[in-house]
Amino acid sequence: MADKVHVTTLLNGESVEFLCAPSQTLLECLRDILGLTGAKNGCNDGNCGACSVLLDGRLANSCLVLGAEADGRTVITIEGLADWAGLHPIQQSFVEEDGLQCGCCTPGMIIAAKALLDREPNPSDGRIREWMAGNLCRCTGYETITRAVRRAAAHLNGEGAEG
Amino acid sequence: MPTIKKTKVEYEGRVEEREVIVEEEYIEPWGADAELTVVGRPTPRVDGVPRVTGRARYTHDARWPDLLVGRFLRSPHPHARLVRIDSRRAEAMPGVWLVWHRDQPPPVERFEGRPLFTEELPYEGAEVAFLVAENERIAEDALAAIEVEYEELAFAHDLDDAMAEDAPPTLLDDESNLVDPEGDTYERGSVEQGLQDADVVVDLTFTTPRAAHCCLETHGSVARWEGDHLTVWHSTQGINRCKGSLADALDMPMDEIRVICEYVGGGFGSKFAAENYTVLAALASKATQHPVSALLDRREEHLVGGYRPSSRQRVRLGAKRDGTLTLIEHEAWIGTGAYGESGPIVGGPAKDLYASPNARTATWTVRANTDAHRAFRAPGYVEGTFALEGAMDALAEELDMDPLDLRLKNYTEQSPSRDTPYTDKRLREAYEIGAERMGWRSREERRATSGVWKRGWGMATQIWGGGGGPPAKAIVKLESDGTAEVLLGVQDLGTGTKTVLAQVAAEELGLPLDRVRVVIGDTQGTPYGPGSGGSVTLASTTPAVRNAVHDALRQLFGIAAYMLDMPDEAPDQFYTEQGEIVYRPDPTKRISFVQVAAKVGNYMFVGTGARGPNPDDAAINTFGAHFAEVEVNTRTGQVRVNKVVAVHDIGRVVNPLTATSQVIGGVNMALGYVLMEERVFNARTGLQLTANLEDYRLVTIADAPVVDVAFVDVADIQANSVGSKGLGEPPIIPLAAAVANAVADAIGVRITALPITPDRVLNALRAEREEQ
Repeated sequence: MADKVHVTTLLNGESVEFLCAPSQTLLECLRDILGLTGAKNGCNDGNCGACSVLLDGRLANSCLVLGAEADGRTVITIEGLADWAGLHPIQQSFVEEDGLQCGCCTPGMIIAAKALLDREPNPSDGRIREWMAGNLCRCTGYETITRAVRRAAAHLNGEGAEG
Repeated sequence: MPTIKKTKVEYEGRVEEREVIVEEEYIEPWGADAELTVVGRPTPRVDGVPRVTGRARYTHDARWPDLLVGRFLRSPHPHARLVRIDSRRAEAMPGVWLVWHRDQPPPVERFEGRPLFTEELPYEGAEVAFLVAENERIAEDALAAIEVEYEELAFAHDLDDAMAEDAPPTLLDDESNLVDPEGDTYERGSVEQGLQDADVVVDLTFTTPRAAHCCLETHGSVARWEGDHLTVWHSTQGINRCKGSLADALDMPMDEIRVICEYVGGGFGSKFAAENYTVLAALASKATQHPVSALLDRREEHLVGGYRPSSRQRVRLGAKRDGTLTLIEHEAWIGTGAYGESGPIVGGPAKDLYASPNARTATWTVRANTDAHRAFRAPGYVEGTFALEGAMDALAEELDMDPLDLRLKNYTEQSPSRDTPYTDKRLREAYEIGAERMGWRSREERRATSGVWKRGWGMATQIWGGGGGPPAKAIVKLESDGTAEVLLGVQDLGTGTKTVLAQVAAEELGLPLDRVRVVIGDTQGTPYGPGSGGSVTLASTTPAVRNAVHDALRQLFGIAAYMLDMPDEAPDQFYTEQGEIVYRPDPTKRISFVQVAAKVGNYMFVGTGARGPNPDDAAINTFGAHFAEVEVNTRTGQVRVNKVVAVHDIGRVVNPLTATSQVIGGVNMALGYVLMEERVFNARTGLQLTANLEDYRLVTIADAPVVDVAFVDVADIQANSVGSKGLGEPPIIPLAAAVANAVADAIGVRITALPITPDRVLNALRAEREEQ
């Protein structure tokens, strides 16, 4: 078997080291080695966005990134959003607006929303729809997802939950 | 004492009589004007937090360090015979645990009446071998090392091919590609009479494609043995169905099987019983003494995960000058796969949507060399409504009548096929609300006549079952701190089942929602619950919850009476309110759950309840209407859906928040069906060209229209004690027809083939121009 690669990464704020095969994707490393199953394997070819993570703050399909490429970089997954104090405002908004049904696309949707709101605190509906178009959802019909992102933006901008 | 009673239950267009055990006394339904405090309020889902934090554990997330991975080798041909298979090289590879195939079969060789591994491979993706390895990488390398020789056979890849005179047999031993030459037929009155009485007749043929479910979580199972006990995580809409089918397949006692599915990443009709991969994972887990996963990848999902069958439907309508229907005739051919059984009730809407003294439906199912179709959200009714409601619009045009007026003209207060009244029908209100919200009557004022974008409006109606019925059972446990646990053997597909169960329990208990916990998604410890199909879950299970709570409270009231110094008072002299038990004749006499619970200490009140029978001689149906406004670009053929108004009559709406999501979701899924989705095959090779989420096009957030959702929201107190009917499927039914009718209204040409892609629009416009 091929030699394993040693990877050091800042994962959800903590320094993490792991060994993986050179061919293993970051998604496989998260799910199979690190036990983080929040990112989902919806298609394994970059079309559905269910495996979305933030890699050095940028939105990435973790199924299209090798685990070895995470070396020396920061990775944020859905598990890194909520803290002891409670849900991240984006997560809270998804619950309140019912921006989820089966929930399989939800971790990816929330990570994609975070990537957007981190750089554009006040996106228009059109911008939200353009940005989130890489994340497929088969259940919700998307409208509640748009509302959830809008509500989260308002909350993060200190406009109160009703926005 | 439980007794047996007969009752009628409708499931996806079929009405069957069941014998059910009736155990509970009659519970007063919540009336239309009942003052409810939890039920009827918009309620965020009780399992929202695990779903947004990544903590929800789906079948794909069941994993342990010693998990082994099961993968399939699949036929790369649409129809072939397995000549030779040699897996010795694969077996010798480090990390490979076992390989099973035709020449080296698993300990249980047959499943669903066939060998698990057959010599004839009648579709692309048919299972050739199953291999178990330490991880995905080793499994993939080992699959590639299996040597296989195939003899390619003649194939028919779609409905037209398979129906041709000289069509090759889809299965070598079959004499005909028709599943049942007799077909499935229904008739009332006579076609001849209907034609004779008609002033106007329209006759149209519609076609619909194979459409894939595309659950975000692909099909899969994970199996783990502990001694003689088997636990299976199965991505399913029916944990009990899975358990029963697994017991049959493995010839095991049911008490040794536990099925878990707390979260499922979509099902839409495609996930119920144990499948070949479930059985193989279980057998492999037993053989290796390790947990074994068998999860389909996305490509496999498209090849063998099922689809809505294709259809060709001929609709003939006859009417008087004033619009009164004299005839509804519907003939359909359904395209399934090699092992497919008879298709869904495509003629359902034609039978039941409108009053017509003469009606006939006939449906035949045709096999081709693909995997078998599966139930897909409102099976048959999506296809059948597209055709019937398209024909209704063509008739309205012929009669120069408003499409809505034509439908109102043929409104029926009786179920035409069952010749019984409905428990309740408020379709008229749904039409009114929808027309108002869409501005239907004033639409001509908004018609854009200039430029390349043409605007149009369309509407369509839905009828569906959703009444549910027995059997379904619930257990309620009242804890000593005044909280409650509710247990049911059902599952939540994401529709919000768990939340509505909690709401109904909290309402009946008189407790706030956060003091009720619902346990579902696990056959261990829960009583029998139905599979989530046919939109039956809510209407089947919530009355059982009411009965179970009622049973527990009667016990509690007995103790409360004693503590309030009136030990001889009957339980019905008490009711609950905000965690307190109140004496009905004198509401100042009250005592809290907690006080009673403290008195009895660790004694636990356990209530059980079952779903009672459906009312005799009444049809339980849901109704609804969708209105669509579209714009069509006559230069590019692009169709843009600006707005959809969706109004449904499902009785009482238990949770308006999740119900609204359900409708918006159904509309968008239907939007994909009408505008872009299709499983495409290469006619020369018979191989699927769309076996991924790039080529198989789904609606994205950028395509989503504005959806205005409304409910008639009047409790159907005849239907069951909660007054609610199902909403899983209704929202997907009428949209395709509404959009297609709107497109026809916009461009003046009716497109009768789905999906309505730009090329179809442009071809229709060209044909129209050439005709003129």
